[in-house]
Amino acid sequence: MESGCSKKLLDLIPQEKKWGFIENQNGISHGSSEEKKLELKLGPPGEEDELLVSFGYFSSMKSNAKHAHNKFPPPQEDHRGGAVLAASWAKNHHHQPKPPNCSQKRTAPAPVVGWPPIRSFRKNLATTSKLASESPTSLPHKVANERNPAAPETRGKGLFVKINMDGVPIGRKVDLKAYDSYEKLSTAVGELFSGLLAAQRDPSADGPKQEEEKAITGVLDGNGEYTLVYEDNEGDRMLVGDVPWHMFVSTVKRLRVLKSSELSVINLGSSKKGKRVQN
Amino acid sequence: MQKKMAYSFPDEVLEQVFSFIQSDKDRNAVSLVCKSWDEIERWCRRKVFIGNCYAVSPRMVIRRFPEVRSIKLKGKPHFADFNLVPDGWGGYVLPWIAEMAGAYPWLEEIRLKRMVVTDESLELIAKSFKNFKVLVLFSCEGFSTDGLAAIAASCKNLRELDLRESEVDDLSGHWLAHFPETCTSLVSLNISCLRSDEVSFSALERLVGRCPNLRSLRLNRAVTLDKIANILRRAPQLVDFGTGYYAAELQPDVFSNLAGAFSSCKELKSLSGFWDVVPAYLPALYSICPRLTSLNLSYATIQSPDLIKLVSHCPRLQRLLVLDYVEDSGLEELASSCKDLQELRVFPSDPFGAEPNVSLTEQGLVAVSLGCPKLRSVLYFCRRMSNAALVTIAQNRPNLTRFRLCIIEPKTPDYLTLEPLDVGFGAIVEHCKDLRRLSLSGLLTDHVFEYSGTYGKKLEMLSVAFAGDSDLGLHHVLSGCESLRKLEIRDCPFGDKALLANAAKLETMRSLWMSSCAVSFGACKLLGQKMPKLNVEVIDETEPPDSRPESCPVDKLYIYRSVAGPRFDMPPFVWTMGEAVRILH
Repeated sequence: MESGCSKKLLDLIPQEKKWGFIENQNGISHGSSEEKKLELKLGPPGEEDELLVSFGYFSSMKSNAKHAHNKFPPPQEDHRGGAVLAASWAKNHHHQPKPPNCSQKRTAPAPVVGWPPIRSFRKNLATTSKLASESPTSLPHKVANERNPAAPETRGKGLFVKINMDGVPIGRKVDLKAYDSYEKLSTAVGELFSGLLAAQRDPSADGPKQEEEKAITGVLDGNGEYTLVYEDNEGDRMLVGDVPWHMFVSTVKRLRVLKSSELSVINLGSSKKGKRVQN
Repeated sequence: MQKKMAYSFPDEVLEQVFSFIQSDKDRNAVSLVCKSWDEIERWCRRKVFIGNCYAVSPRMVIRRFPEVRSIKLKGKPHFADFNLVPDGWGGYVLPWIAEMAGAYPWLEEIRLKRMVVTDESLELIAKSFKNFKVLVLFSCEGFSTDGLAAIAASCKNLRELDLRESEVDDLSGHWLAHFPETCTSLVSLNISCLRSDEVSFSALERLVGRCPNLRSLRLNRAVTLDKIANILRRAPQLVDFGTGYYAAELQPDVFSNLAGAFSSCKELKSLSGFWDVVPAYLPALYSICPRLTSLNLSYATIQSPDLIKLVSHCPRLQRLLVLDYVEDSGLEELASSCKDLQELRVFPSDPFGAEPNVSLTEQGLVAVSLGCPKLRSVLYFCRRMSNAALVTIAQNRPNLTRFRLCIIEPKTPDYLTLEPLDVGFGAIVEHCKDLRRLSLSGLLTDHVFEYSGTYGKKLEMLSVAFAGDSDLGLHHVLSGCESLRKLEIRDCPFGDKALLANAAKLETMRSLWMSSCAVSFGACKLLGQKMPKLNVEVIDETEPPDSRPESCPVDKLYIYRSVAGPRFDMPPFVWTMGEAVRILH
């Protein structure tokens, strides 16, 4: 089984690249014997000196492991050896050359998505407590929005709002801060759901995407097959486009793409008319 | 075949013997003994656990195990909890329910984690399984209170309804009223994730009052403090209770009513909830504190002195979840008062603040490691750490089985020496020989992976972020960690070499997640072509991976073993690497 395994492994390594695994005098004792058949190089070809130094460090760590009292030096002892090598590792292997034509999007210093690794409902606890301590007698209305799936979620600088569409079971999220006008939002929404609808209609299609997509347009002007509505902070359902953009952004809680034919069934309220009957 | 088996036990006897074997691993071993054992075993297997819903198809499960009564399914990868898996990726339970509706009419239990559950699925469950008893939806989404109403109305023998940490479209609190007056079977009800301000409280009270076997009840935030006493008096047999908001203006009669209600719950061992706590009401709990084994205060924004007072009343505490308001001083108190402590989780109160807002450092964890001999499981968020502290913790607590440390700022070095934290984490994997789960953070080089591969022989799940220098790091883990089942990596400079060289290893694991790493599209395609038993999914929400050169790294990669082949429910931003000719999409 072993020889079959390693044969399979080596098959996957492109012919022109070679791993050079230099065995030191102690041999590599951890893991299975398959590694001995593997040839591994630590850095790009040509950096032979680095390899010896690194492996030297590795073997000295291994021999340290055998002497219990030497294993992990207590804090008072000098770590300088380890620190120097660690630094050289970091220096030499940190920056991989980037292949040409790759998007640079990941080098931008944006707030890190998904870090620190906590669930959404743990994100705003400090601010919630401030509000609670200021008014301990107030009943807990919609003060905390950290777990409200309908409330906008601010991840770093974005303003993410949930958007659902009739006929599509799973909602998506859009970042309203990415747009500065109703037009841009409408285009983005159209593109977002065209793809989803197409995938739903024929999930095993493997032709080019464009043929299957039917563009979703006219969500704002009442002429298209679909219309964009939203729910504001008072729970009212409104037509998108009625109020100035910045007012919309500050009051929107969630979006919905409805079939225009369904609009008459639902009574929409506008800020001028006051409270409405919610569907 | 029967001639050969003349000397063995009759099937019925073997079935009876097998019925004492409950663990999946043992059951699987039994089925490997011989063909007849396999045959007998598959007909009497009642419980199935499927760790990845895409590893196998519903039909395959049904074909092999025709008489299942209880199923547990997991969907999205763990990093979905932190918004790294885009909405719409997958994990739909409906196809499973649809198949099981026909094949398992006597299905009693469905437990789901990180799956998309629609109202349609819930309605189908309600209609299809006449003896349905247990529904657990852990971190699920996609359904509303309408679906819950269907479950409540139809499931005559419902024992457990647990919605922990799920995202529910809260349309109305009236779904609770759909439990018929004849429903008295509830043992566990967890609605803590619901946001509705209008939970039908009277319906809830009546439901609680008529279920004499109710052992676990977790309310949601809409239930105010003054209502707790009424609920508790109707269910003094509760073992586990989750409050709603625990805040109100201090009134002596409300307080004494509450304290009296708690003290009448002689079996109460576990408390949770506590959104917005008014510390003055905490002493109402003192009568039950001596019996408490589990306390979840991880939403309670109370300060260290109040936490210390409470914790010092709980000598039997085994499990504590708390915010970092507990501070080092609170943890030192915990270490001296709670000698039975097995699990500690400390969450950040201000995760995005640049500066520490509380005095919680590595010292608190060191104190607990020293004072609590039974400590096995740790989840700790802090802002500084040292190798010395980690070495001390490792030497104090070699019995750790789960160690998850999150130093909030990525790549933070040892604050005393400014070195990487390799040696510290190395001590953890070396000393804690039964370590099954490890999360790394801070400044880390390839060395920490070398130690993990060398010593982490029992390691089953490893989470890595912003660590390592080269492919060698990944290679150490994949080649050394023999028990590895789940590996999740983000923002590490790991590329093609280690992945391709250890391709066979991936078939022995449940899954591998890599995002913002350096694995090229070409390598993903190669892996997908050469390894038919792996599903290699490339996830990219901005543009298709083939619109760039093959050498470009993919944004997100999710690889999992599967006997079901590639799935067909993928959204437009997920591509499965398939045969050499085309990419399945």
